[in-house]
Amino acid sequence: MSLAFIIIAIATLFAAAAAMSLRNLVHCALSLVVALAGLAALYLALDAQFVGFAQILVYVGAVAILIVFAVLLTRSDATPNQAILAPDWFAGIVVSAVVFATLGWAALSSTGLPREMPPAPVATVKNIGDLLMTQYILPLEVIGLLLTAALIGAVIIAMKEETPKSSSSRGNEALTEKSEIGNRKSEIDQSLLTSAAMVQGKGGRS
Amino acid sequence: MFEALDQIFVTLKHQAVGFFPDAWHPFLSALISISFIPLVFATLFAFVTVFERKGIGRIQNRYGPNRVGIPLTKIRLCGFGQFIPDGIKSLTKEDIVPRAADKVVHFLAPVVLLIPVLLAYAVLPIGRNMTAADFDAGLLFFFAVGGAVELSVFMAGWSSHNKYSLLGAMRAIAQMISYEIPLILSAVTVIMIVGSLKLADIVAAQNQYSYGIAHWFVFTPWGLAGFILFFIASLAESNRTPFDLPEAESEIIAGYYTEYSGFKFALFFLGEYLGMFAVIGLGITLFLGGWTAPFSFLTWVPSYVWFFAKLMALVFVFIWIRATLPRLRMDQLMNFAWKFMLPLSLVNIVTTALWHFLGAGPLRWAVCTGLIFGAYAILGWGLMSNQKLGKRIYRFAD
Amino acid sequence: MTPLQGCLLVSALLFAIGLAGAVTRRNAILALVGIELMLNAANLNFIAFWRYGPNPEALSGMMVVIFSIAIAAAEAAVGLALIIAIYRHYRTVNLDEIKNLKG
Repeated sequence: MSLAFIIIAIATLFAAAAAMSLRNLVHCALSLVVALAGLAALYLALDAQFVGFAQILVYVGAVAILIVFAVLLTRSDATPNQAILAPDWFAGIVVSAVVFATLGWAALSSTGLPREMPPAPVATVKNIGDLLMTQYILPLEVIGLLLTAALIGAVIIAMKEETPKSSSSRGNEALTEKSEIGNRKSEIDQSLLTSAAMVQGKGGRS
Repeated sequence: MFEALDQIFVTLKHQAVGFFPDAWHPFLSALISISFIPLVFATLFAFVTVFERKGIGRIQNRYGPNRVGIPLTKIRLCGFGQFIPDGIKSLTKEDIVPRAADKVVHFLAPVVLLIPVLLAYAVLPIGRNMTAADFDAGLLFFFAVGGAVELSVFMAGWSSHNKYSLLGAMRAIAQMISYEIPLILSAVTVIMIVGSLKLADIVAAQNQYSYGIAHWFVFTPWGLAGFILFFIASLAESNRTPFDLPEAESEIIAGYYTEYSGFKFALFFLGEYLGMFAVIGLGITLFLGGWTAPFSFLTWVPSYVWFFAKLMALVFVFIWIRATLPRLRMDQLMNFAWKFMLPLSLVNIVTTALWHFLGAGPLRWAVCTGLIFGAYAILGWGLMSNQKLGKRIYRFAD
Repeated sequence: MTPLQGCLLVSALLFAIGLAGAVTRRNAILALVGIELMLNAANLNFIAFWRYGPNPEALSGMMVVIFSIAIAAAEAAVGLALIIAIYRHYRTVNLDEIKNLKG
């Protein structure tokens, strides 16, 4: 538990707390990025190089951007004036305190935990690749299927449905056509953006 | 003698570190390697800005900047001192922040751009034994920090509280994430053949010579296709023409850095050019042999000279393309990425696998070339026949 | 307190923060952010046990975390696509106002 580890851990926890408690959603998303980057640094401190870089590639490079886009597409980027907490927020805080107390007690009172750090394992990319192709081949294929299903599902869910031509308030037919082309374009844009972030996450994995 | 010249920087570093106590050696060695990077590449940035203006000027049949030499003297230097007054100008301009802008995020956006871009240089092999940090998963590290650049683009666009900035930022992020996939997939073909993510191993695999010609991956069919795909994708990643719609002056003022002035704008400019050098450097390492010489009778030239020569050649091609090609529209850009480059990079991966498993001989050359060419022809024909291009109609005001 | 217990405490605190945020905030997107924090806390737990455990050569902790990162990314994408679709229908992402079982 070197000093660097403690400092990074404290910074990560502060960023995570900020991500959950700030008013403005974009600030929350950016604090989440700091928390995820701090976690990647913790993985690097624990000699898990591949996982640390994969964390930055997938989480910071794809999931954070996805969250930011979702904030913008749902028009939640302005600082809200109304209450930000649900009505039963106190019960939620109590529950999470109880969960932390339980996990902390379980961690601190276990006697069978190792004391020193064993020598650093040889976690080269070649070893990971060998294991992925021999021992973990089934999870790898299942993950491929899952990512494909998630990609197609996300595009279909986020795609705009066919707007019926009943917009009589518009009046002019040329305007309706233009708005439909606009709808099509924004639908393609939105589904492309969602699928882009998805495939980027998938491409970063494979 | 030439080996000593090749390793001169490494020996200098060892001697400089040797003056200090033993416990400080790893720290000092890393410090010297790292401080080398901003010095060299920032100087290169200054040179390339003037080079670009002169190059574009010449292609457009005019002179570029040709008067400013070393200030306060009479040395003219053909205008290559232009970066000094440009730097002073950007340092002394007033730093305007819009009143409705989000101050903290607005301030941090150029910083968040520069840090990942400078981190990316750590894994590039600039010469023999001259990598600052040779990770086992070096290529993954490069792409990971490349992905963090998009976040800074969003921060700049959103915090300016300006419709043009946000629109430019959205377009820039969509373009960057779309073109990151062909970029990574064309790098995957090199990883498949070499079998390692370490950039030094990739260069070492290309450091063999047969019949006097080096085993650069660009001399193979899949390597050539991969290099062209990587080149086009790196044009898009650096927001260079023809993919510079997010920051084009005639389209969207300046896109996501409209509201930045003075030194912050200079930092964005610096970050963009450094990103361009980094991704060109990666393309050189993956496909053009890194620091190796193309012919076996030229191996006496030091390795870092080869790296920077290839870098300058590719930067010149970037500048040439900027001065020559028109800009792509947003939907043309996205169609190109998703409907053309992504299928071609997937076909390239299959071709690389076939290359590896067919064994040496003329059969694999024929099969791989035919496969890539066939896929390109089919995709191109399919996409071109979808467009309804007619005779151009001119309309004039009456 | 051994280093491993320190790592476990950090991940437990991260998990509790994620849980608190996912349960108390009104916005649907922040609930997803809380879920991502919880998944990351579990990943940190896996890596800590892999590093300090008896057999780090088997790389099993690392493998689980690699798959977990991929699954979390897929789940975030689908969840956010759902939120965008819900926004299009209800014009709000406030979880207190999305309470009809009948669409």
